[in-house]
Amino acid sequence: MTASTPEPVLSVAGLRVSFRQTEAVRGVSLAVGRGETHCVVGESGCGKSISALSVMNLLPRGAIRTADHIRFQGQDLLKLSETQFARLRGDKIAMIFQEPMTSLNPAYTIGSQMSEVFERHRRATRRQAMDRAAELLARVGITAPGMRLGQYPHQLSGGLRQRVMIAMALMCDPELLIADEPTTALDVTVQAQILRLLQKLQQELGLALLLITHDFGVVARMAQRVSVMYAGEVIESGTAADLFAAPTHPYTRGLLECIPVPGQVAPGERLGSIPGAVPRIAPGFVGCGFRERCALATPECARAVPKRAAGGDHSYLCRLQPDWKRDAAA
Amino acid sequence: MTCAIEVRDVYRQFQHGGGFAHASYAVRAVDGVTFSLSAGDVLGIVGESGCGKSTLGRLIAGLLPPSAGEVLVDGRSLARLDRRERARLIQPVFQDPFSSLNPRQRIRDIVRLPLMAQGELPKSQQMDRVMEMLARVGISGEMAERMPSQLSGGQRQRVAIARALVLRPRIVVCDEPTSALDVSVQAQILNLLAELRRELGLTYVFISHNLAVVEHIATEVAVMYLGRIVEHAPTQDLFRAPMHPYTNALLASVLTPDPALGIPDVGLGDTYPDPANIPPGCRFHPRCPSAFADCKTTAPDDIHRDGRLVECLLTVAHAGSRQQTHSAGN
Repeated sequence: MTASTPEPVLSVAGLRVSFRQTEAVRGVSLAVGRGETHCVVGESGCGKSISALSVMNLLPRGAIRTADHIRFQGQDLLKLSETQFARLRGDKIAMIFQEPMTSLNPAYTIGSQMSEVFERHRRATRRQAMDRAAELLARVGITAPGMRLGQYPHQLSGGLRQRVMIAMALMCDPELLIADEPTTALDVTVQAQILRLLQKLQQELGLALLLITHDFGVVARMAQRVSVMYAGEVIESGTAADLFAAPTHPYTRGLLECIPVPGQVAPGERLGSIPGAVPRIAPGFVGCGFRERCALATPECARAVPKRAAGGDHSYLCRLQPDWKRDAAA
Repeated sequence: MTCAIEVRDVYRQFQHGGGFAHASYAVRAVDGVTFSLSAGDVLGIVGESGCGKSTLGRLIAGLLPPSAGEVLVDGRSLARLDRRERARLIQPVFQDPFSSLNPRQRIRDIVRLPLMAQGELPKSQQMDRVMEMLARVGISGEMAERMPSQLSGGQRQRVAIARALVLRPRIVVCDEPTSALDVSVQAQILNLLAELRRELGLTYVFISHNLAVVEHIATEVAVMYLGRIVEHAPTQDLFRAPMHPYTNALLASVLTPDPALGIPDVGLGDTYPDPANIPPGCRFHPRCPSAFADCKTTAPDDIHRDGRLVECLLTVAHAGSRQQTHSAGN
């Protein structure tokens, strides 16, 4: 842990999740401090969403979760019963999902869905809960909140629905907000609005924000800390400044080269690309999960991979030394 | 030189509702689009969801008849071509390679189907052509025997491209071909499409919401807003000096992976476009940060400036100063 955040809001160590034939998460450790945004970034199937769901204790049936610890404000979440967890979920820990259409119930009004959380956790009356809901809708920039409370999800646009989801997550003043691809289903212009809103609320409320995304653009603009995941492992992590200044794992570097940036790739020039696709990791897998797609892989990579420090909090999982880029260039 | 595609004042409406006690209403998905595209060029069509870009793509590919207007491919009206002739000229590639391939057929049979439907190539030669095409897009002979479910998303999109190209069409309409793919795989597919275009002399219509992707592959870009092309210019000009406020906003909301920059304020406000309810005057005025009184009443149709289409009254208002700065830039 860094010295500036002696007690992180959320701290996960050695998290493993497996399904029958697949190891989805293989020893993930991360921490989110108060007022901090920690982005978990990776391609589909890398285990980022499963990691988030295991913190919420919302894994699908058949998943086996183990961890050294999952601590929330000093409390060990692994020891909680489902009833105790239900008291925490939606109260001190809230979550926003990718698809605001499927995560809102189409048969209930916005107001009734929003107030349910508050009534349940705060034993408030419907009246108080509705007032609170209206207050939060206004806070997330929805005009005429009173009218919106009586509407159904299908009457709102995608951007409005995601604002409602955010407002709903904030009903009980959570300490930790987990957002799983909150803007992926939205248009770019709306994405920018929603991210600005999240950033503003986070600063005002001092939230710890765990943001799951596949988009390095979102990571660069939002994160203080970044964990890059691949095949169930955090293969590189550090502050956003360090990581973008000197991406060190071959996968992180390769991925950043794949992203077309306006004005940076000349027309007709090839984009960088990573051959192959994300592998499925069977139980008993050893070595680097990236080795089959890595241009720098050697037989050594089939053995256990060391975790290396690249200065400060910046670390990565690879046999290569931090200055391998210079060696490779030479 | 003949135009590969000529779209002449095309409209397409969809009738919605009209059930019990509900008045029916028309959605103007494509609302007067005119452009032409030279052979060998790539037209990128960008815009938010609901702007009509996919409908326009379907009209161009002949998958949907226009309500009014005409689409000419290779100088011939699509309406007068029969299905087989049309299929030999123009082929679509869709977004989701999970639903665009028949799950019960082997890869080689999926790619062979267009040849069988045409029935011109003798059966003995069909399979050779299929395997040649599959090899060209990077699908091995062994993979050709598999079912779609055994392939990854990137591989499936390669198969979809092979199927589109097996008849050796002149034009391919790609509707969000990489949106369902991870970035590392997206780069592979973009590189493949660029190579194929060079080798086979193809013309592409490339529909995407991702401006960076479009900048990379397109030679000219059309920005759509609520059914109309509001700006149409050569790619470099459009990205270097966007003239329509909407193009500006779209460009501003692209999140490049640069941690020094925050989340941009796009300045579009909270009104969302609704194709069932297109505002009078300029259709962008309710969201436009630089709208003035005339924008509410005067539709800025077919305004050209410096050889590009810019449907904005501001281009007329500031014509003098703009023209100077622009010609200096060129």
